[in-house]
Amino acid sequence: MTKTRLTGRAAALLAALAPSLALAQDAPTPEKGDTAWMLVSTLLVVLMTIPGLALFYGGLVRAKNMLSVLMQVMVGFSLIVVLWCLYGYSLAFTEGNAFIGGGARLFMQGLFDPATGTFAMAATFSKGVVIPEIVFAAFQATFAGITCCLIVGAFAERMRFAAVLIFMTIWFTICYLPIAHMVWFWMGPDAYTSAEVAAETTAKAGLLWQRGALDFAGGTVVHINAGVAGLVGAYMIGKRVGLGREPMPPHNLVLTMIGASLLWVGWFGFNAGSALEAGNSAALAFLNTLLATAGAVIAWSAAEWALKRHASVLGAASGAVAGLVAITPAAGNVGPMGALAIGLIAGVVCLWGVTGLKRLLKADDSLDVFGVHGVGGIVGALLTGVFNNPALGGPGLVTDWVTASVGSNGILAQLWIQAEAVGVTVVWSAVAAFIAFKVADLLVGLRVPEESEREGLDTTEHNERAYTN
Amino acid sequence: MAMKMITAVIRPHKLDDLELAVAQLGVQGMTVVEVQGYGRQHGHLEVYRGAEYRVEFLARTQVQIAVDETLVEPVVEAIANVTRTGKVGDGRIFVAPLGQAIRIRTGETGTAAA
Repeated sequence: MTKTRLTGRAAALLAALAPSLALAQDAPTPEKGDTAWMLVSTLLVVLMTIPGLALFYGGLVRAKNMLSVLMQVMVGFSLIVVLWCLYGYSLAFTEGNAFIGGGARLFMQGLFDPATGTFAMAATFSKGVVIPEIVFAAFQATFAGITCCLIVGAFAERMRFAAVLIFMTIWFTICYLPIAHMVWFWMGPDAYTSAEVAAETTAKAGLLWQRGALDFAGGTVVHINAGVAGLVGAYMIGKRVGLGREPMPPHNLVLTMIGASLLWVGWFGFNAGSALEAGNSAALAFLNTLLATAGAVIAWSAAEWALKRHASVLGAASGAVAGLVAITPAAGNVGPMGALAIGLIAGVVCLWGVTGLKRLLKADDSLDVFGVHGVGGIVGALLTGVFNNPALGGPGLVTDWVTASVGSNGILAQLWIQAEAVGVTVVWSAVAAFIAFKVADLLVGLRVPEESEREGLDTTEHNERAYTN
Repeated sequence: MAMKMITAVIRPHKLDDLELAVAQLGVQGMTVVEVQGYGRQHGHLEVYRGAEYRVEFLARTQVQIAVDETLVEPVVEAIANVTRTGKVGDGRIFVAPLGQAIRIRTGETGTAAA
């Protein structure tokens, strides 16, 4: 969703051809508040993954597999961050075609010029407002990382570590990058200088951005993407040995609760940071992240209390995550009451997602990646189209980037656009995940042998024991 | 002198009462471990998202006391009296023959080592 003002090569060329022109082009400078907020937001998303997600998932598996979950998240996140900085950022967030970017930022070239000490700037959603592009790149790196780590929950307790890493590398490349590009890449508000150039500027954006899909912080790019990939993986790898016959309750819900809490706190960076500035949009996203999540906790707990006679900690924690997932595409795109509605609905629908729907799907999605992230992401993405409308308290959207005027496409029209984005993501992710899992299977085999699964992945894959007594 | 090993499986919160009661009878040591068990009392249901588990086991405390056979009756009676609540789940006391007991520090055997 950004276009740098001067890419590395363009800046060098410009300076060589017309040094005075380069100097005269009075590029906007970043505000310290915006930069500081974005750095903090990036930090918060790192916290969401390590240790937030790691502990949330870790507590849910059996003790013998705790370390395998921590490892898959820690190393998986690190792997994706490295790949992001090698080629991922370039392919996602530079100009290319409607599906994928180009090579302008390979190896992070152009983010700063060591010779002159100049840092490239990235656009925000406000004309004339920029943040250092390096901050944007770092922020987005954490998104790529956490998305890939979310999938781990679906095949927990039985997948080979090497297969996890191979799968992540491939899926990141053929799925995360194109979807991120399609949904979020555009030329930035400052490229819309006049009505004459508006159409061709929009034509350079990602496919789904061009269609007008609203996804504030990654309902499609992160959650539906990961949820569908997880479901495909669960089908392909098969059910855990002993499922349904042997007890497999969470080994430490205290850790799960700590993880869920870190996720909620970190998610403020994930959502409000996606505003790219420390301003009104971030403020709206912040409140919505607080309110929707609280609503989802109440809704899941109430529904569980009504249906199963007790509200549980796992339910409350899961409700929180469901609300956070659902508000992700909506965070800066709906009003507070819309956010509350989204949270309440997601809390109930995702409870169904991990119970009734899970039984229907018949896959062993160990930690409910599809039930929470897939279903929650779909609910949130669709409801964003509804509650974005000013008639329902939403802020509407920018319909003309030349004048930055705000309007709306109408609820039904926007809902259809959202559905298109959801559909594209579901299909693309499913196909890409199938390919990625297949290649990993052919190279190293997806699943550990049964004896290893029985003994536990910690000792068999990592030669370690989480708890020594 | 013959010795017996008394094993009592009791409600965890009754441990302190048991300790006081048998101390008054001259018992100078015991071994305590947290266990799970069930008798006639049924377990409970645990629910984790969509997975429901029927858990039969309940938390209990197991106490082992080695005594000279003359102390068996008073100790068993004392344990039963202080740990009884009258509700299902009070527990069990088992008395078994004990072949030998040795105090590691001094090498004493028999009742002196109880």
